[in-house]
Amino acid sequence: MPHAFPLFPQEASTLAPAVDHLFYFLTAVSVFFSALIFLLIFYFAVKYRRRSKDEPPPKNQVVNNIPLEIMWTVIPMILVTIMYFWGADIFVRNSLPPPNSTEIFVIGKQWMWHIEHTNGKREINALHIPEGVPIKLTMTSQDVIHDFFVPAFRVKKDVLPDRYTTEWFEATKVGKYHFFCNQYCGMGHSLMRGWVYVMTPQNYEKWLNSGVTGATMAEQGEKLYHQYGCITCHGTGKGPAFVGLFGKPVKLSTGQTVIANDSYIRESILYPSAQIVNGYPAIMPTFKGQVTEEQVLQLTAYIKSLGSKERNTGTP
Amino acid sequence: MSSSEVANRPGANYLNVDYGIKSWLLTTDHKRIAWLYLVAITFFFAVGGVAATLMRLNLLEPQGLLVEPETYNKLFSTHGIVMIFLFLVPSIPAVLGNFLIPMMLGARDVAFPRLNLLSWYVFMTGGSIVMYALIAGGVDTGWTFYTPLSTMYLNTHVMATATGIFIAGFSSILTGLNFVVTIHKMRAPGLTWFRLPLFIWAMYATSIIFIIGTPVIAISLALIVIERLFHVGIFDPALGGDPILFQHLFWFYSHPAVYVMILPSMGVISEVITALSHKKIFGYHFIAFSSIAIAAIGFLVWGHHMFVSGQSIYAGLVFSALSMAVAIPSAVKVFNWTATLYKGSISYEAPMLYALGFIGLFTIGGLTGLYLATTAVDQHVHATYFVVAHFHYIMVGGAIMGYMAGIHFWWPKISGKLYPDGWSRVAAVIIFVGFNLTFFPQFILGYLGMPRRYAVYPPEFQTLNVISTAGATILGLGYIIPLIYFAWSVRYGAPAGDNPWQATGLEWTTASPPPTHNFEETPVVTEEPYGYDRIAEEIQVA
Repeated sequence: MPHAFPLFPQEASTLAPAVDHLFYFLTAVSVFFSALIFLLIFYFAVKYRRRSKDEPPPKNQVVNNIPLEIMWTVIPMILVTIMYFWGADIFVRNSLPPPNSTEIFVIGKQWMWHIEHTNGKREINALHIPEGVPIKLTMTSQDVIHDFFVPAFRVKKDVLPDRYTTEWFEATKVGKYHFFCNQYCGMGHSLMRGWVYVMTPQNYEKWLNSGVTGATMAEQGEKLYHQYGCITCHGTGKGPAFVGLFGKPVKLSTGQTVIANDSYIRESILYPSAQIVNGYPAIMPTFKGQVTEEQVLQLTAYIKSLGSKERNTGTP
Repeated sequence: MSSSEVANRPGANYLNVDYGIKSWLLTTDHKRIAWLYLVAITFFFAVGGVAATLMRLNLLEPQGLLVEPETYNKLFSTHGIVMIFLFLVPSIPAVLGNFLIPMMLGARDVAFPRLNLLSWYVFMTGGSIVMYALIAGGVDTGWTFYTPLSTMYLNTHVMATATGIFIAGFSSILTGLNFVVTIHKMRAPGLTWFRLPLFIWAMYATSIIFIIGTPVIAISLALIVIERLFHVGIFDPALGGDPILFQHLFWFYSHPAVYVMILPSMGVISEVITALSHKKIFGYHFIAFSSIAIAAIGFLVWGHHMFVSGQSIYAGLVFSALSMAVAIPSAVKVFNWTATLYKGSISYEAPMLYALGFIGLFTIGGLTGLYLATTAVDQHVHATYFVVAHFHYIMVGGAIMGYMAGIHFWWPKISGKLYPDGWSRVAAVIIFVGFNLTFFPQFILGYLGMPRRYAVYPPEFQTLNVISTAGATILGLGYIIPLIYFAWSVRYGAPAGDNPWQATGLEWTTASPPPTHNFEETPVVTEEPYGYDRIAEEIQVA
């Protein structure tokens, strides 16, 4: 044997045990019904075997039994209803990141993962995270659809071009775990993988601050804010102001109200005419093709930082 | 002698009426058209099987034993595309359906015999274009053609492949149409809907899916060609398209297509279980309506392929509930088949072995489907080897086991010859063992987190992959044995007699092989199907 193999994957996130318990329940139901059907077939097969070639067909055949039909319709119905609600509960918890999550940004491209932390630290095909802290990944792709799958955390989510998807987890065990691209993305698909390094918060802090030479994402975003001339309108009142914007409701010219989240800001930079803020003219040019996905994330980080400053100082 | 005189000669049947090549290629006899499909899909099965063999060999080593990832990607794409579109979709409907529907209805032929021949030519045109694409260098989209990868990023023969499948799809639509009209209009006197064999019910449900679903895959593939060719932004966001739209379109067909592949097998199983246990089917109405329920609900569950695609989680919850619902009629069928065996007179020729294998494997395949319908568990096992295993339990353990059961059951009628009993039982057991050894380890691989479509993989997954490849070797050998004895039996097999299984059903009341016009006189039906209890009473009275 080249390698011994485990039967169970590592459990290294807060939600992994919950998923596994449901998995065991499903397995118990499956084993029970498979065994039931196999044993019945085997028993009938032996007991009612044809004993001679010219054995006549059996008499007084039972061909219908309504109570039985109801029973084997209702019992599976009850079981799948349990599976459904049990699964839905975990799924919803597993899909909605807690508000206090630490954000990390993931950009997939054929065939590598580019990961950026808010302090500007970048890594390729590796993700360092602290233990015991909820982590929210905001993910996008530069080309085709990818998928970020961490088996030890029991989560995955497709990573799409031109939009953000999110995935979150809270690691419970220091260690090194696989992550895989789980959506076929062309030639190098099976090489598009790396390691999640779960560290103690102290070690993570040390790692995060070592060898960072550049600016934080927000600082880089601020530079872009000047470089691309965003300031000419958004800093002068000609366009909507950014201070205190992030996470707040925005009234649109259509009368609709949306929340200024990552996706809203991304869309406003790349497709400015899609959602016009009420009271402002639709004069902003598109920056699609001029700014990279990474720069959009940096600009968003800058806008977010303005939001938090406002909250910190308490000014309106 | 003119051909009609030959056909009326005593001992004349649809096979010996004419031996010329033209008499085959221009035939409008549904039974001969079934043969044309049989030969074609056996060839395609071999092509898909060779691709699978090379894949499994490559997976013996974590770094790939034989080929580069680029080639591996072409192998799994070829395997999926050929097996699904050119083998599984047409398998039972086009071969057994064509042969049996008119015979079971007491009809001379299908409603539109010439359209039936045209369907085969359309299928062969599509199939040939796909074969051309493979020979010209292959395609590496996977059978799912996800965008924008397939439209804007791959430089392989995507257009030819999509065109081929597009054309082959029309064969499905025409065949479905033909069957629906035949079942409505060509039933023998007295053959009311609830006197129909369950195989007919299954084929009817399948035909409806063909007609409703296939145009959608045709549209999706046409849109792929339009985006590739003219750079119209449909799916690629770089052009202004929506990458998720394709998945909705694709799965709207491709999930029901799974039922296209499994429903006909369910129909076959109902026939085989009853005939080889000499028992009337248990819960006829429940089995019949469960086919219709599966076909209907099957159109509403496509989003369970997209729980992690970025689709709204609330949409995911709705699709999860609907997918759970489709499990119920499937469970009902399994219980009714099992109950049919109760107090039967069960004999164990090859068709029964395949049928019992089908029930067991379909049960496992169906139950593991619940894992994938359960959102939270799918979030872990989605697109891993768990899905590969589940899918093959349904498609190989279910659909192909059903096809094998059907071919073995009706071969005496189709060819007029018996195949070797011992060899056929041995092959059935080998296939069952090989199948489980190949695919059961893949459930564990998937739970451990091995993604599907990986040309190279982390070394800790090797042991299970080696076991799976060992199983595939056994499975492959298992498939070769029937090929040999069926070919052998055409020439050397003992004459089968009209009704070797002592089965009910109109197809067994005529000669083996049947005359060109199926029945000497139009049969009149006076009772429900599977009247084995009546036979028992008659024997008692006598």
